Amino acid sequence: MTAQLDIDRLLDEMEAGVRRILSERQVHSPVVIGIRTGGVWLADVLSKRLDIREPFGELDISFYRDDFSRIGLNPRVKPSSLPFDTEGRDILLIDDVIMSGRTIRAAMNEIFDYGRPASIILATLIDLGARELPIQPDVTGKVLALDAHQRIKLRGPDPLRIELQETTS
Amino acid sequence: MTANEPSPHHLQLTRDGQLRHFLTLDGLGRELLTDILDTADSFIEVGERTIKKVPLLRGRTVVNLFFESSTRTRSTFELAAKRLSADVLNLDISTSATSKGESLSDTLLNLEAMASDMFVVRHSQSGAPHFIAQSVTPGVAIINAGDGRHAHPTQAMLDMLTIRQHKGGFEGLKVAIVGDILHSRVARSQIRALNELGVAEVRVIGPGTLLPRDVESLGCTVEYDMRKGMKDLDVVIMLRLQKERMEGALLPSEREFYRLYGLNREKLALAHPDCIVMHPGPINRGVEIESAVADGPQSVILNQVTNGIAVRMAVMSMAMSGQLADRQAKQAEEGRA
Repeated sequence: MTAQLDIDRLLDEMEAGVRRILSERQVHSPVVIGIRTGGVWLADVLSKRLDIREPFGELDISFYRDDFSRIGLNPRVKPSSLPFDTEGRDILLIDDVIMSGRTIRAAMNEIFDYGRPASIILATLIDLGARELPIQPDVTGKVLALDAHQRIKLRGPDPLRIELQETTS
Repeated sequence: MTANEPSPHHLQLTRDGQLRHFLTLDGLGRELLTDILDTADSFIEVGERTIKKVPLLRGRTVVNLFFESSTRTRSTFELAAKRLSADVLNLDISTSATSKGESLSDTLLNLEAMASDMFVVRHSQSGAPHFIAQSVTPGVAIINAGDGRHAHPTQAMLDMLTIRQHKGGFEGLKVAIVGDILHSRVARSQIRALNELGVAEVRVIGPGTLLPRDVESLGCTVEYDMRKGMKDLDVVIMLRLQKERMEGALLPSEREFYRLYGLNREKLALAHPDCIVMHPGPINRGVEIESAVADGPQSVILNQVTNGIAVRMAVMSMAMSGQLADRQAKQAEEGRA
């Protein structure tokens, strides 16, 4: 299992996928936005690999979550920072893990409060399936199916590594 | 299992220490105050966007219950609630006729019938927000927007946010509060917050007639001579001379007050060169502050207004969050019973 989760291979896969879709869609100067926390680390790595010089944005979706009624406000919320105008830009949105799709929904809602982008491409390192919303990544490093007792987490930023946890319950 | 009624002291906190009302800074530790400032910091960024709105309180109803008028406080609370996507109802109610307890209770019953989720309360009577928090239906959050001479905790917290923005922190700071301390609920909350956040010194400066008895017991030093008091200051907070509260002859004249305690360029020059000037507003130019100082490079008075919105957004969303946590804890308990 650990061998399959060699982070460099997943990043290679992600990078190749992003290059492919950028060329397919003829997007020449995308801006990169990472979702806190893991997505921001990946945004940093991918910006370097893709040689995108424009500073990447960081999104904290705490104010946009759809479960405020159930779990309340994240006490560790940090300000989002998008150091560019998103209006009319092609956005490369990056997160570490996609599952229900709710985080991406929240992230897209937040992005639109900054302006109307021309397009959004979604790239995730790992796709765990179990979707609850009709949202799919354009690029993914690996599709994984976890057992009920398994949890996955990206640790970082230096070095980046994927941790597969076996829970007892 | 019987739920323990929280002691009045912890009325504003859930059992695990989250905010659920915001009535006073008493009993709130440095960690929670810092949480409020950090959350407010994140809301400042929201205020700089094209669309200055987040969906946190979407579908919830916030009632601004102002028994005493205040344009600035009410409008920043209103804007804060709207930026959190809440529906806002503004009620200006005068405190006439009937006895306080009765009129308050009746008003509350009516408002609760409208399924409100939060009351922002301003009242000339100290303790009115506490009274409401004790009697209101569980699940409704109460925010104190200033009560009598007691407290004005959101004003104090927006001042703390402004200080932290300009000074980077609180350690080692010397802060003076100047003017009419006696009638000021803001000063009480500020002294409390500054001490809790760990400044080096809180100094109050004013004429003896405008200082409360035993003011030192609040946690500050006292200086009657403003020229002496300005020495080494990093922050000077001017208070408004509360003309409408001035009962009896506490002052010889406004002109005399300005000469002794008004902040002009000459007095400001006695403080540190990077000393910031604050004022909760509205300012009386030429009564407690010279125009050239209020509009000058060291003035952060307008930053305070902007920060007021962010702090109120933070407190409102945190209190709502605490109420929801409470409700869930209660439901879980009932499920087990």
